[in-house]
Amino acid sequence: MAWILDHLPRILELSLAHLLLAAPAIAAAFLVAVPIAWAANRVRPLREIVVSGTGLLYAVPSLPLFIVLPIILGTGVRDTLNVIVALTIFGLALMVRSAADALDSVDGGVRLASTAVGYSAALRFFTVELPLAGPALLAGLRVVSVSTISLVSVSAVLGVQSLGSLFTDGFERGIVPSIVAGIAFTAVLALLLDLLLVAAGRLTMPWVKGGRR
Amino acid sequence: MGIEFQNVNKTYPDGTVAVDQFSLHVPSHTSTVLLGSSGCGKTTLLRMVNRMVDPSSGAVLIDDEDVAGVEPVALRRRIGYVMQNSGLLPHRRVIDNIATVSRLNGVAKAAAHRRAHELMETVGLDSALAQRYPGQLSGGQQQRVGVARGLAADPNILLMDEPFGAVDPLVRLELQRELTRIQSELHKTIIFVTHDIDEALTLGDQIVVLKKGGEVAQIGTPQQIVESPADDFVAQFLGLDSARRTLSAAPRDDGGWFVSDAQGRPLGVVDSLPQHPGQNA
Amino acid sequence: MNHVIDAFELLADPDAWGGPGGFGARTLEHLWYTALALLISAVIALPAGLVIGHTGRGRALAVISTGMVRALPTLGLITLAALFLGIGLTAPMIAFVVLAVPSIIAGAYAGVESVNPVTVDAAKAQGMSRWQVLTRVEIPLGLPLIIGGLRNAALQVVATATLAAYVGAGGLGRQLFLGLRTQDYAMMLAASIAVILLAIVLDASFEVTQRLLRRVPGLA
Repeated sequence: MAWILDHLPRILELSLAHLLLAAPAIAAAFLVAVPIAWAANRVRPLREIVVSGTGLLYAVPSLPLFIVLPIILGTGVRDTLNVIVALTIFGLALMVRSAADALDSVDGGVRLASTAVGYSAALRFFTVELPLAGPALLAGLRVVSVSTISLVSVSAVLGVQSLGSLFTDGFERGIVPSIVAGIAFTAVLALLLDLLLVAAGRLTMPWVKGGRR
Repeated sequence: MGIEFQNVNKTYPDGTVAVDQFSLHVPSHTSTVLLGSSGCGKTTLLRMVNRMVDPSSGAVLIDDEDVAGVEPVALRRRIGYVMQNSGLLPHRRVIDNIATVSRLNGVAKAAAHRRAHELMETVGLDSALAQRYPGQLSGGQQQRVGVARGLAADPNILLMDEPFGAVDPLVRLELQRELTRIQSELHKTIIFVTHDIDEALTLGDQIVVLKKGGEVAQIGTPQQIVESPADDFVAQFLGLDSARRTLSAAPRDDGGWFVSDAQGRPLGVVDSLPQHPGQNA
Repeated sequence: MNHVIDAFELLADPDAWGGPGGFGARTLEHLWYTALALLISAVIALPAGLVIGHTGRGRALAVISTGMVRALPTLGLITLAALFLGIGLTAPMIAFVVLAVPSIIAGAYAGVESVNPVTVDAAKAQGMSRWQVLTRVEIPLGLPLIIGGLRNAALQVVATATLAAYVGAGGLGRQLFLGLRTQDYAMMLAASIAVILLAIVLDASFEVTQRLLRRVPGLA
């Protein structure tokens, strides 16, 4: 505890760095996954490809992806962009699948009824399908958020600064509290982001009682 | 001899009383139908016989032996059980489904299969279906497999829980006929649960009409129940006050009588109408 | 692009594959870690998951622990274990098992729970004992999901095993960190490609197993 208090400024700095890597990746994964999922649901053969494609991405271990990705991006291994893109890809592997299921779960009758009363396809998507799929989308987003926060630290072995640096520093210098602090702050960060998402869900979807777990 | 329900009561932990002080004698080698709408506790009563449900108080006796003293697994293996939606094992072939209980009882595979083939014949199933999986059969065929499975261990008692409830009406009639035929050959002690009055009248040697909470409204033969319903509940339940069972007869031109129901729907003809004993011609 | 060519040249070089520290030995080591971790985890997690699914008890605990492990940074777990247990296989193996157990438990109880309750009720009514219901009905019918849990666990272990080289374990991660420390990008890349291929092949073999199972009528 004393160690944590002594090093609090450094820990908070690393927490911020951690968040700045995770948050853009989580947001990007969500924003890219929803249209892909929507398209996959409309074109069935595409769905097959998307589902098995994201399954394949899910199989790829994180550290090797951090290393392979720069070939495609033309960045360095330690670049922030490289880490964010890699995290986005992992987010997509989880989110596309759950977004496709979420959008697919919207009651066909409701969809048909809104078309019948004269909604255009685009209007129907934004005013009917998206809100109704909302709770399931949020559930998927929360899983992505937690796992992204935990994945960020892997990049520390490459020298990228994040809460993961507390693990590498702690290991190399034999400081147990450093590692414990890293685990604790990662958990706190994940929890805070999760609460934020739940709150955002309550705000945008007031009709869902109690939130979905 | 037979099955005896002695003042059985079933109260669930949440306070729901499914059955209250129910007593009944089911004679051996006859079929008894428990007839009632949903929530009358008929399935609960049925499941007390093979200890799928244990009564909160009271006892169920088979041939004067309290089932509470019999190990449930052993008890169930000597009682046939047929249920709605067949409950077949989807990952086993028809032949293995029928042979399940024999195999549980330690019968060798070849003998169990031989027995299963016999039973397929008994219930009117083409032996070509033996190698199919349940999912590849029609609803009616699945129910036949269910009946065959119930008979596999040659049990004295057969419990049937709305076994034909989920098949279409035509197949249902056929299965009822088939069961009547099988019973005329095998003479099992059958307890049959249904909410279908016609099914009860067709299959029961004895019918027990149940109200909510397993309260007995009337016990009697099909004829007794139609002829003299105990109260308005039974009459209403049987539909005796509806147009469907209020028949009238009109003389035909070439002799005999033409019978129709109160809506004028033609039902058939009879050669002669018997004279009512108390009536002067 | 030169790095890519170098990496593939390295992977095509028989010399890089042979020997005690070569790609061949490291791949086998990686597979050995995965198999051992999966075996230990399965011995712990399968019975637990099956009991949870069969009795319905402890389900909430299983759900919470799965969520917590998802939030647990693997690198933190590995470095912490290594500080306490020193360099060797024990520390990483404990980390692998901690990470693999929840997936296997989740797969096992989801598998058992996925079985139609009517089928289970019927099996009981035919006179199957609890053990027989579990082994002859619930396990075979839940097999696709049970294997799905093992699949997730295997992927988790392959990924974590790569990271474990950071604290001195063997496997393909060793080659990767060797490249990292000597600034040899081609070496890092070659090792990364090898790990990715290994993971995909492993995942595909699980996929094939699950597909074969789905062909058995009655297994969804």
